[in-house]
Amino acid sequence: MLSSLGERVFHWLDERLDLQPIQRFVREKSVPSHRYSWCYFFGGATLFFFMIQVATGVLLLLYYKPTAEAAFESVRFIMTEVSFGWLIRSLHSWSANLMVLAAFLHMATVFFMRAYRKPRELTWYTGATLLLLAMGFGFSGYLLPWNELAFFATRVGTDMAGKVPVVGRFLLEFLRGGEDVTGATLTRFFGFHVAVLPMMATALILFHLLAIQRQGMSVPLSQKEASTTNAGMPFFPNYFLRELMGWAIALAILAALASLFPWELGEEADAFAPAPAGIKPEWYFVFMFQTLKLLPATVAGVEGELVGLLAFGLAGLAWFFVPVLDIRSSREEPSRWLTLMGVAALLFIAIMTLLGYVMP
Amino acid sequence: MMRAGLTFLLMTFAGVALGQDNCLDCHRELEDPAALAMSEDVHAQASVSCADCHGGDRTIETEGDYELAMDPNKGFIGVPDPGDIPQLCGRCHSDASYMHRFDPNLSVDQVAQYWTSVHGQRLREGATDVAQCASCHHAHGVVSAKDPRSPVYPTRIPETCGACHADPEHMAAYGIPTDQLSEYRAGVHGRALFDRGDLGAPTCNSCHGNHGAAPPGVTSVSLVCGTCHGVQKELFAASPHQEAFDAIDEPECESCHGNHNIEAPTDDFVGVGDEAICMTCHGEGEPAYGVAATVHEEISNLKGAMAAAREVVDRAARAGMEVSEAELVLIDANQTLVESRNLVHAFAVEPLREKVEEGLALATTAREMGVAALAEVDYRRKGLALSVFFILLLAVGLYLKIRQIEERE
Repeated sequence: MLSSLGERVFHWLDERLDLQPIQRFVREKSVPSHRYSWCYFFGGATLFFFMIQVATGVLLLLYYKPTAEAAFESVRFIMTEVSFGWLIRSLHSWSANLMVLAAFLHMATVFFMRAYRKPRELTWYTGATLLLLAMGFGFSGYLLPWNELAFFATRVGTDMAGKVPVVGRFLLEFLRGGEDVTGATLTRFFGFHVAVLPMMATALILFHLLAIQRQGMSVPLSQKEASTTNAGMPFFPNYFLRELMGWAIALAILAALASLFPWELGEEADAFAPAPAGIKPEWYFVFMFQTLKLLPATVAGVEGELVGLLAFGLAGLAWFFVPVLDIRSSREEPSRWLTLMGVAALLFIAIMTLLGYVMP
Repeated sequence: MMRAGLTFLLMTFAGVALGQDNCLDCHRELEDPAALAMSEDVHAQASVSCADCHGGDRTIETEGDYELAMDPNKGFIGVPDPGDIPQLCGRCHSDASYMHRFDPNLSVDQVAQYWTSVHGQRLREGATDVAQCASCHHAHGVVSAKDPRSPVYPTRIPETCGACHADPEHMAAYGIPTDQLSEYRAGVHGRALFDRGDLGAPTCNSCHGNHGAAPPGVTSVSLVCGTCHGVQKELFAASPHQEAFDAIDEPECESCHGNHNIEAPTDDFVGVGDEAICMTCHGEGEPAYGVAATVHEEISNLKGAMAAAREVVDRAARAGMEVSEAELVLIDANQTLVESRNLVHAFAVEPLREKVEEGLALATTAREMGVAALAEVDYRRKGLALSVFFILLLAVGLYLKIRQIEERE
């Protein structure tokens, strides 16, 4: 009965939209099957958390007030008075962190599988930009509850932007909307968070997904031989159901975290209060924060923080343009040195993040 | 020639006009501590010279014959006699029009007040070891009382007074105790001043006065304490104790709280227990015994209710709940506890009971908010368990479906 109803709806739509090619594409699409196929799920998980972000973000928008006077109280209202408001806010905060984590793992697996090599360079560039956008979402969203910790962390974060040579001053004032972190900063962060970044992210995600559908999943160099001997896994229903199962597990983890460890509200920001002890940015910025903290005041006569920022800038550029720099992979040859550099970078990030939480 | 003479004359007069002080110059060369201290002195900064107090002629170039400058015929008096010092300082400090030039808000009644003090009276009687202006402010190197280096800056006043009053040898002739300083240090006021650096904490002069220093009489103790503790003073004045204390000439606040060593009061001060001060005068069977017992019980009830509410609210906060509303109610409840403790000074049950009931209602509200938050925690956990169960069930169902499909293939 249900099946015949579904068929009738499909037939009705097909007559008007010509869905046959899409149906054929889905039927024929397959996903490479090899020992690293599990890595493909991180991209799907990132997309899943992004969708949760959009859904919970829209609900939060119904009550959130983006002014210095009302922001904190409106978040308190959401958490205490609005039905399931605490859950929506907690889901939004936890999902944001899980999205950055999933995106980071996705990027790392893509990097080590050399999935960025020709012809998938554009997929890498859009993915790398999306990771930066996810961090931008985190940075701008962190300030929105207008609590003490976020206020001072934003001051520190925008101070760092101000140290960038030549454009630093402009960047600082552009981000803050003035000399210091004020209500003007909150308003523009809100604008970035709910309009500019989502618009850019949606466009890039669509392009990223389209590129993946056009080119199919990349197979790591080491698995190319094994992959040619089997036909791969049919996308529908095998891979699709696996993806759904992964999303269900991700949702269960998210629900457990949001309920068992509700996101704290903290104290309302007070620009005239002394900075509280132990100001830290979001965990994904801690490795940069800690490195800059450990650098000496001057390195070869140049300000230590500036040297650190320049080094991070150069490393970021190298990472972004890895499809161009990794000539061996573009020739389908393994590049052991790049793998070692990737491992060293991951170790550096892990150690600095750990130190950021352990060191006083 | 004429021009050279004119220049010499101009330079000479300009030097005197600009404050040339030969006394200071010579005594500095002699490394006289009094002269060296004048570089920081408020008087020197206001162009008051040595000769203005000591007499003599500061303008004379003595060239080795110092007696010319320190000639009694020129008013030189040398070191002033202690008995003359108040009058000497008062020449300027009691002159309103003169002092107005330096600070229009400066009082000019210090000397008049001083003569009313015990110190002033003794000085008039001929005692030379009593405090006069220089004893507390120093003679040279005098700095403003607002300067932390001043011996009369709030944190230094106890030591300044204690220099004489904590010295048994000095006080032997007067037959007064010398433990005031050590007692003050141990009391709440001393701890506030020394440990917390609270400049608002009362020091010796806050109760005894400064220039007109005298011990407060029995009748004025509550007035002195009441300058800060106004609510308690008013409650006491309307209480049955006022008349009773007046009748037996008993100092008011001091009888229960002490004077120099004022202990931080506890709720056990009132009541019928071992530490209860009430029981030093009252005994079982008196109506006051019942009042003391009830007052203690009422306050204990409020504290107990607040502790119970605090425990529940803290538990909810630890469970991750937003309890700021309950915290605000608890702050209000704490305010009623403070007011209830003040009402002890009415020594009556009714006004206290009314305030305690107000506090109990607030404590109950806070507790109910905490209980509701804990119930919400329970509800959320159950909801979470149920939702995670269904989500995982979906995952298992998907897994089984995948296996079924792949086995069929």
